[in-house]
Amino acid sequence: MTAIVCEGLAKRYDDIVAVDDVSFTVERGEVFVLLGRNGAGKTTTVEIIEGLREPDDGTVEVLGRAPAHADVRAQIGVMPQRGDLYAGIKTEEAVRLFASFYDEPDDPERLLALLDLERVRRSTYRRLSGGEKRRLSLALALVGRPKIAFLDEPTAEMDVEGRATTWELVREMRGSGVAVVLTTHELDEVERLADRVGILREGKLVAHGPPSELASDRLPEITVSLASAIDTDTLAFFLGTTIETLHDNTYRLTGATPDPSLVSRLTTWLAARGVLVRTLRVGGRSLEEVYMELTR
Amino acid sequence: MIRRIAAQARLELALTLRRGESLLVTIGIPVGILVFFTLVDVLPHPGRAVDFLTPGVLALSVVSSAMTSLSISTGFERHAGVLRRLGTTPLGRTGLLAAKLAALAVVIAAQVAVVVGAALLLGWGPRGAAWIEAAVVLTLGTAAFAGLGFLLAGRLRAETNLAVSNALFLIFLLTGGIVVPLSRLPDGAAAIARLLPAEPLATALREAFASQGAGAGTFVTLAVWAIVTCGLAVRTFRWD
Repeated sequence: MTAIVCEGLAKRYDDIVAVDDVSFTVERGEVFVLLGRNGAGKTTTVEIIEGLREPDDGTVEVLGRAPAHADVRAQIGVMPQRGDLYAGIKTEEAVRLFASFYDEPDDPERLLALLDLERVRRSTYRRLSGGEKRRLSLALALVGRPKIAFLDEPTAEMDVEGRATTWELVREMRGSGVAVVLTTHELDEVERLADRVGILREGKLVAHGPPSELASDRLPEITVSLASAIDTDTLAFFLGTTIETLHDNTYRLTGATPDPSLVSRLTTWLAARGVLVRTLRVGGRSLEEVYMELTR
Repeated sequence: MIRRIAAQARLELALTLRRGESLLVTIGIPVGILVFFTLVDVLPHPGRAVDFLTPGVLALSVVSSAMTSLSISTGFERHAGVLRRLGTTPLGRTGLLAAKLAALAVVIAAQVAVVVGAALLLGWGPRGAAWIEAAVVLTLGTAAFAGLGFLLAGRLRAETNLAVSNALFLIFLLTGGIVVPLSRLPDGAAAIARLLPAEPLATALREAFASQGAGAGTFVTLAVWAIVTCGLAVRTFRWD
């Protein structure tokens, strides 16, 4: 089922065109990433869909209804870019308050534990660090078990563990059929999470589709996804390349031309260890190239 | 929906209790004025000090919580994006407003209990006891000042609003017939003060606790203020 349908969205602030003729759809169980520089129109687009702003032009349907409809509000979770909480509210109090707004909320304790907020459960919002504020904000977006989650630059200000947890939660939501709309200006996040990506530039959607389709192959390299983990140091030494771990059992080989001989040596090494190859792509780290070109 | 509003109202109350400056303005200043000027009888007023002061301090309590405290906290919440964010939850904007008004009603009831309690200890002996009339007056006054509070909070910058709300509090305190009888003000100032919402509120309460009932004029003035401020607030309020 289609979660979000946007048609020709436009929004101007005085003389500035923030969003210009933007159309896309987001399906249930899909992670849709809006990518763009600061000021490209990501937040405005998301806020229109959330019902916080009226578009000057165009239409939005969220779960088949107008964005601000009460039935819609019961089924979405919003993590805004800014903090947006009472300075004096306590962490646990905030999660429990938001839980009380929904009919079948998630367990506040589960989220506090998952997002490493137990230590600061009695701290007021003004005393939380930047990363803690973001994690709390994510907990508040998820506590209502939303059918659509809007995460506006969720991992900005988060530390490594916070990012990993956030990505894990996003994958978990996708797995349970939640539509996730995520904005970022980091390509890394797109590569890790996006089923489809929309690239915004000066309010216009300049490209949109699965990251692999947007990719061209300019800077050749090998990306390999395996059925099990490997010892990257040994393999890197054997091949004479640099190996970067992208996420679980997925690696990127850089620093050597990916000619047939390199591919052959890689697969031979893997075969000797009985490691199953899920995907093997020889091509560009091209999304970045595409992105740099489109947003220049 | 009732459950959500109740949860939000409980939170609003908890946050109010946690804000020292808000307790000072809603409880500390009114009770302080009542106790101080009853014991130190320097104000020019007819009759006993406590009889004159108590209705005025009840009016001041409404001004402090319905306007000053509500306006300042709402202004900062708007500035911080709290109102926007709650607007995306099932509570929604209507629920948030209802919760704020429910919390306000509880605060004013507590203020009335504390002020009346202190006044009775100080020897307050109202001749009339038109409690229903007083409740109606307090409700109308609350609507007028809450409307004013939302009007300020919905448009001014949070810091500007802080200054304006406090300045208005002082103006209403001095010209509302709350501590200084209106007869002591210059004629022009008294005429203007009668058109503002504080003086009719204090006078109507004073009349409710005196043997005579409240005059229709004060009711009408208060009702007009309530309609105008609430109407303007609804039309002009910005959520972010």
